[in-house]
Amino acid sequence: MTDWLTEPFHHEFMRRVFVGGALIGFTNGFLGAFVVLRRMALMADSLSHSLLPGLAIGWILAGGLVPSALFGGGLFAALTVALGAQLLARSSRLKEDTALGILYTVAFSIGIVLVGLFKVRVSLMHWLFGNILGLSNTDLWMIWGISLVVVPLLAALQRPLLLTLFDPTVAASQGIRVNLLNFVLMIALVLTMIASLQAIGVIMLLGLLIAPAATVYLLCDSYPAMLWGGGLIGMFGSCTGLLVSYRLNLPSGACIVLVLGLIFFAAYLFSPRYGLFRKLRRARHFHEESLARWPGQAPAKGGDETP
Amino acid sequence: MTLRASLSTAHGLAVSDLTVSYNRIPALHHIAFEVGCGQCVALLGPNGAGKSTLLKALAGLLPRETGRIAFHGHEVRGATRDFAYLPQREAIDWDFPTTVRGLVEMGRYLRVGWWRSYGREDEKAVDEAIAAMHLEPLAQRQISALSGGQQQRAFLARALAQQAHVFLLDEPFTGLDKPTQDSLKQLLRGLRDQGKLIIASHHDLPSVRELFDQVILLNGELIAAGSIGEVFTDAHLRKTYDTPTFAGPAAHHHHV
Repeated sequence: MTDWLTEPFHHEFMRRVFVGGALIGFTNGFLGAFVVLRRMALMADSLSHSLLPGLAIGWILAGGLVPSALFGGGLFAALTVALGAQLLARSSRLKEDTALGILYTVAFSIGIVLVGLFKVRVSLMHWLFGNILGLSNTDLWMIWGISLVVVPLLAALQRPLLLTLFDPTVAASQGIRVNLLNFVLMIALVLTMIASLQAIGVIMLLGLLIAPAATVYLLCDSYPAMLWGGGLIGMFGSCTGLLVSYRLNLPSGACIVLVLGLIFFAAYLFSPRYGLFRKLRRARHFHEESLARWPGQAPAKGGDETP
Repeated sequence: MTLRASLSTAHGLAVSDLTVSYNRIPALHHIAFEVGCGQCVALLGPNGAGKSTLLKALAGLLPRETGRIAFHGHEVRGATRDFAYLPQREAIDWDFPTTVRGLVEMGRYLRVGWWRSYGREDEKAVDEAIAAMHLEPLAQRQISALSGGQQQRAFLARALAQQAHVFLLDEPFTGLDKPTQDSLKQLLRGLRDQGKLIIASHHDLPSVRELFDQVILLNGELIAAGSIGEVFTDAHLRKTYDTPTFAGPAAHHHHV
């Protein structure tokens, strides 16, 4: 059994994979708290899907798998969709979710068409579902770099972010630069997605991002716990998923999200505070306590009777 | 007295020539008044008279078209931590993962800034704010597990921890039963006696005398402002409530 667990770590390559997985697991889980509390899951999903045309454009322009070109293309495409949706929503009567929905599916389609038209020689499956076995040294360096920017930055900004998440208008009235913080959050999101792409793929990214924070949200009422606890759950789920993926020879993105999904549903059912079983279990009837409020005699059934 | 002189000497809040518009339709039109600190001020007027708009404009939540606001002789140009705005119930996500204590700590973050460490002094300020609003037994409760009156006290405690001097409250007494209303009245009086300025929109005229010291009568324009004895008169009230509120020409059209 221990051999089953430790054997993968004897390979230098697998050690690299697990380090990368742990890092993106933590970064996504940490960032997920902001996504859940700001209710921007749709926005995050849109951003991850809009990476695809960016990657294709990067590949076409650079003529191959050049990391910097893919990075630049992904960043460009995601920001175009995010800012474009804002522009569309503000210049018409459409709401932002509709605008995002249209733009990201159009962008995703452009990506699919480009991959077909230009015979991009990368399996589309790898970009859609991730292939952590293709994790290169450069990828790992990028994961390190992005994680070490995103997590400390958001940790340093956690107080103004908290005030903004809780009540943006009041936060703005107290001198917090809400728009700037939202922009920083969006950039952090796109960078993290680019870092996670190789391991998870654009389809499963959202799960790794929000499942850990959603799990903690069902367990407790602490904002710091959502950030750091989300990071730890993301890290655990990511490493466990990778181990399962290696052992059973299954796609890594799906294994990671499945492990996180199991943890989430366990919290949904069994959370001592907000779990389904807690809700369904009939609470004790506080009949005696209610009656104890009356020092003399409790009012008779049906109210005070008049003599 | 010229405006400049009054602004530089006033120990309180001075508003001059304040206009706030939505889509070029003025909700508040050239409002000017002065109130000293250590008062409970009622903001009265019919629905649509601009009560909430005035509170939000004072809090810096709405852009001002014209006008100046000065507090303690210093002009207020936008964001200020001296003012605390207590939002209406509907504006809050009550499922947010925070306890009463966490909420009060948020007020403290505004004071200490996000870069400084959160020390024993801050813990003490939070303890005091919680104690002042009688929230000790509820400090570890999640904020949705509170009654309406308790939620209001939690937000007052947050404003106290922020060390705000001006408390802007939107309809704080609405929906409270008599005992809850009385306890809120006592708490607000306590704040007033510490020299805080409390401005609250209010719609129940019979309770004004009991709850407040001063009134501001509003209907798009300022009708009158001053102490209850001088200003809270039938003539002023008739003028405030009998004039229809202004919603722009052809208010049923959306375009201007």
